[in-house]
Amino acid sequence: MAQDEVNGCKLLVIGGSAGSLEVLLQVFPHLRKDLAFPIVVIMHRKAAAESTLEDLLNSKTQLKVKEADDKETIRPGVIYIAPADYHVLIEKDGTLSLDASEKINYCRPAIDITFETAADSLGPALTCLLLSGANADGANGLRSAASLGARILIQDPTTSDVSYMPQAGLAAVKSATVLAIKEISGTINSL
Amino acid sequence: MDSKGVKDEEMELLVADLLEVYGYDFTNYARASLKRRLNRLYALDGFPSFAEFRYRIKSDPDYLKRFVEEITVNVTEMFRDPQFYKKLREEVLPVLATYPLIRIWHAGCSTGEEVYSMAIVLSEMGLLQKSLLYATDLNPDVLEVARTGIYSLNHMKLHSENYIASGGTKDFSSYYTAKYDRAKFKDSLKGKMIYATHNLVSDKSFNEFQLILCRNVLIYFDKDLQEKVLHLFDQSLEQLGFLALGSKETIRFSGIATKYKQLEGEKVWRKTK
Ligand SMILES: C[S@@+](CC[C@H](N)C(=O)[O-])C[C@H]1O[C@@H](n2cnc3c(N)ncnc32)[C@H](O)[C@@H]1O
Repeated sequence: MAQDEVNGCKLLVIGGSAGSLEVLLQVFPHLRKDLAFPIVVIMHRKAAAESTLEDLLNSKTQLKVKEADDKETIRPGVIYIAPADYHVLIEKDGTLSLDASEKINYCRPAIDITFETAADSLGPALTCLLLSGANADGANGLRSAASLGARILIQDPTTSDVSYMPQAGLAAVKSATVLAIKEISGTINSL
Repeated sequence: MDSKGVKDEEMELLVADLLEVYGYDFTNYARASLKRRLNRLYALDGFPSFAEFRYRIKSDPDYLKRFVEEITVNVTEMFRDPQFYKKLREEVLPVLATYPLIRIWHAGCSTGEEVYSMAIVLSEMGLLQKSLLYATDLNPDVLEVARTGIYSLNHMKLHSENYIASGGTKDFSSYYTAKYDRAKFKDSLKGKMIYATHNLVSDKSFNEFQLILCRNVLIYFDKDLQEKVLHLFDQSLEQLGFLALGSKETIRFSGIATKYKQLEGEKVWRKTK
């Protein structure tokens, strides 16, 4: 996609549920230190496990990992994790907003909301990556992100712990790039 | 841009209309959430065009009620974030217990679950009789629900679990009577509650309080409006009073921060200067 190369990636949003933590733990150690864009991670998780997820991910990468704060400006090379029980929205001024509105697909944070608002703010400068998971959250968001020109990456369902989510994503965006786990870090590093 | 739905310029037109026609000022609401909710309502009510959506809002005050209800986020629950209520019980209310009268302001109280939670804690500590709970919201319809104190019985399991996690030791069901699928909270909890509409954007300070709660409201505002509202709270809070925000809200980046000291582990600050 030549057009994406010209625009350059300004944000990567990663969504995942059951079976996706394992993927992040494998991918994060290989991310380049000088990543030129921020990463926002939306993972379904239990409210109790709050801070341990950051600690765990922080130990796997040289990039800074932090929980997303309301109205915080997102910066290149930083990985933001959605807090339990809040949706994360990407504003046009490059800040994040948190939102505790109704669950979507029984999920809060919902991957759909972040994909949709990020695409509305960034269009072709956005890359979305959907990982393993057991429900269809993310699929609608991928569809609208694709229609706004975002680049869509999906974990290969056959290498996914739980294939339901990536399959739903693929059904929504047939032109998505399908990646095996070992291809993910290389792809992110060259976005 | 997506062809269907409300575009950015159209959102700004609506924001201007609402201010001009009804005096509702959404200018400084965080845009991503506002736009999402506008689009949700637009799709839900099946408007054929933006022009018709706009016309309906401008010309039909009944529809405006629905609009405000759907555009603002009203999601709430009793004893939301149980650890916060534990902190109130253990560190905040014991201090206020020494006062002759305790004035509390619930700003953005939605349907009142937070206010009933407070009344329950106060009554268990023997403080309800000397307390006044001012509960305000910009939306008159949620206040109507709050006044009745009638909630869905389905929610009582969660509320009861929250209550226990917050340090409550009574039988939670003793606070309401169940009828069909509804739970009606006891009148004895309501006597000290005062409900009124108050818009944090445009209305002024109306009293001095020892405790102000404004939880899960500021996240829907942009930074400038957050700052403005925090100053309103500062003006409305007595020396050594307490300010309580939602679990992802903070005064840290605000001009008022230097006057306050945070209680450990919770989003509660004490006014020390
Ligand atoms: C998510 S509810 C919070 C309820 C409760 N405080 C809690 O934490 O569960 C947010 C409430 O803020 C109210 N609100 C939004 N903008 C407001 C404004 N400008 N002034 C007063 N209330 C407002 C909404 O009507 C809604 O009822």
